[in-house]
Amino acid sequence: MAVGLTLIFGVMRVVNFAHGDMMVWGMYLAFVLATRAGTDPYVSFVVCAAALFVLGVLVQRGLVDRIVDAPHEMQILLMLGVALVLENSALLVFGPEPARVRSPVAALTTDLGPLYVDVARLVTFLVAIVLTLALYLFLYRTELGRLIRASADNHYGALVIGADVPRIYAVAFGIGAACVGAAGALVSPILPFQPTTGLSLSVTSFNIVIIGGMGSLLGAFVGGLLVSVAESLGAVFLTPSLKELFSFSLLIIILLFRPAGLFGKRAP
Amino acid sequence: MTTPLLTVQDLSKSFGGLQAVKDLSFTVGEGEIVALIGPNGAGKTTAFALVSGFLTPDAGRVVFRNRDLRGLKPHQVNALGLARTFQIMRPFPRLTVVRNVMIATLGRHPDPAEAERRARAVLAELGLEARADLPAGGLTLAERKRLELARALGTEPSLLLLDEVMSGLNEAETERIVELVRAINRRGVAILLIEHVMRAVMSLAQRIVVLNYGERIAEGRPGAVAADPKVIEAYLGDEEVAGAPARGG
Amino acid sequence: MAVAVALLLALPAVLNSYLLTISILTLFYAFLGQAWNIVGGYTGQLSAGHAAFVGIGGYTAATLSNEYGLSPWLGMFVGAALAGALGAIIGYLGFRFGLRGFYFVLLTVAFAEVCRILVSNIDALGGALGLYITFTGNPRQFQFQDQRVYYYIALGLMLLATGVVALIERRRFGIYLTAIREDEGACEALGVNTFRYKMLAMVVSSFLTGLGGTFYAFYLFSLQPGTVFGIPLSVEIIIRPIIGGTGTLLGPILGSFILTPLAELSRQYFGQSGLHGAHLIVYGALLVAVVLFLPQGAYPYLRRLFKRA
Repeated sequence: MAVGLTLIFGVMRVVNFAHGDMMVWGMYLAFVLATRAGTDPYVSFVVCAAALFVLGVLVQRGLVDRIVDAPHEMQILLMLGVALVLENSALLVFGPEPARVRSPVAALTTDLGPLYVDVARLVTFLVAIVLTLALYLFLYRTELGRLIRASADNHYGALVIGADVPRIYAVAFGIGAACVGAAGALVSPILPFQPTTGLSLSVTSFNIVIIGGMGSLLGAFVGGLLVSVAESLGAVFLTPSLKELFSFSLLIIILLFRPAGLFGKRAP
Repeated sequence: MTTPLLTVQDLSKSFGGLQAVKDLSFTVGEGEIVALIGPNGAGKTTAFALVSGFLTPDAGRVVFRNRDLRGLKPHQVNALGLARTFQIMRPFPRLTVVRNVMIATLGRHPDPAEAERRARAVLAELGLEARADLPAGGLTLAERKRLELARALGTEPSLLLLDEVMSGLNEAETERIVELVRAINRRGVAILLIEHVMRAVMSLAQRIVVLNYGERIAEGRPGAVAADPKVIEAYLGDEEVAGAPARGG
Repeated sequence: MAVAVALLLALPAVLNSYLLTISILTLFYAFLGQAWNIVGGYTGQLSAGHAAFVGIGGYTAATLSNEYGLSPWLGMFVGAALAGALGAIIGYLGFRFGLRGFYFVLLTVAFAEVCRILVSNIDALGGALGLYITFTGNPRQFQFQDQRVYYYIALGLMLLATGVVALIERRRFGIYLTAIREDEGACEALGVNTFRYKMLAMVVSSFLTGLGGTFYAFYLFSLQPGTVFGIPLSVEIIIRPIIGGTGTLLGPILGSFILTPLAELSRQYFGQSGLHGAHLIVYGALLVAVVLFLPQGAYPYLRRLFKRA
């Protein structure tokens, strides 16, 4: 899921505060599909991804596009506004109660050698890897992917070579949103969620992206691993409520000493 | 022999693997006009950044008014009397023109009323008084150049670093700036300028330092430098310079 | 201007209890927004963690009062001083390490969250459940039977913050801040010690905000870490100046007068079931609209409108 955010930021340098909230919508969508159509979220995540892709493109074209050249403060505020709207309309529509998606798959556990592993988490992890690889291939092997990376590195250069920059941005934003939608669906059986979950998810993904490095796919992946390990360790040694402290402290340290992150390409 | 106002000694700076400036040495005397020229990418703007405190040198010294500038932040360098303009102009777009200059004059005149008076005086000297109360973002290119100049002047420097202040201007505008720079110099302000507009360089500079690939390849009076074969070779293919006598803009 | 103040002074006489409460909140949030305006609006350093200063101010005063019997009137300044100290730390770290824009926002959020988590886990401070203040109605303990006193205090705070901003605006400090917001590098080249002025702005802003913490504690009688250090409060603080006009004197006030009643109305409309998040949809939509159409905020827009008329 953090992969999506890196993509968006890398291309547009517009911070997507709404990231976490879009993920919550992804979760809810999976929930709705699961209860109405009885679809297994491990299947429906594709639908969620598609739906969020559309949402992402709409947000980008309709809103973000207009302020691409505006000062940073404005872009941050815009996304904050979108986040507020998304989060609270979810609140309105679905109510504040936590929800969870049931899936027959989620109930299984298998053992991998000495460990008992939750099948659900295993599947999520594997799919995440597959998606990351797919994204990598897309960005580095396809024409459109290359264009996206080129626009990220040099907005005006891309314009000069005749790339349809707004369309590229829209696609990038859409893909980012799609990743998030998929993530939401995949995680929905594991994580109980409510509309306010959006904020902590956004913060977590920012943590991951900053630590791992903006604009770097590998960084997002490594960052994700690091943060989850840190949080788990934190939960083991400290009381669970303090585990967030770990990732925030890590964030502060990284911000101060290496804002480009571990693999980041550009300094602020 | 009087000590020069500015002494640059064996200055070096590299970025990653790229050596931007190498063992650069030159001086600027009180009230002198010295030009720093060289093909694009020769390291001129880097030299400016090093002298004005925006970059730290890897090696070498910068001494201004007998003070070593090592470790000083840009605002401290400015307080000593060294001001610079930027190649890519950086006005404060949402502030009015007079406020733009006040940021400069407030340094030595903390009272806003006094700072405003002085700012308007500087603007008048540069012919911008009609625009004083308009937002700086709406100025034309030539006006913005003069605003850059006004702001730097507002800090009451004894040495002014001008970074390509004539680029993009037509003949009349260039003439105007040349006159303004001369007038400023007559008041005792030394000038170090980076310039591609050769006509302006030839008419203004008392001495020229030529850079290529970060190193000084020639120095001397304009006539001598123009005839120097090393200089000519460095500029071969650099059209702006080759076509300078005809254009000038 | 004087007319407006006179009106505000006279208001409690004509308002019923409900409207009075809304007015108190309006003024209080205007005060908080104005304090934020110093560093967020004029200096352009968007702090999204200002709630932390409210929290520190409030918790300090409340603890000092509960445990040591120190009058909140004094505790208020201790709390504000501590808030100022935190502001100095955040500012020092942020500015020394050159964090701008988004990165600075993240830093402030991180600090606020760290405070929240820490306080939630310290039992001496009430842990996750928070602190409560027993109602005594004793003025020396910053508690009043009559709501109208709270109104005047809130009004006083708002006028104080506005006065401070007005003072800053016309002096060199304020002029420098507006330029720092535009282009720090250019300021440095013109001899401005940007670090010093940003720090000053940050400390003044956090100190003032800290004062508000005490008011919050002794008006609402309870402090929960999630509420008082949390992002939602930070959002409430910054949204009013943003909608009303950052970097303007009257922006935060206008913003609060527009948004606070609006929030209250939507709270009413969307009803009982604890859906008080609903007004945030309005906030979000307004935020988007303002950024797209009125980037300078409502107040500058209105001022232009009236100039033409």
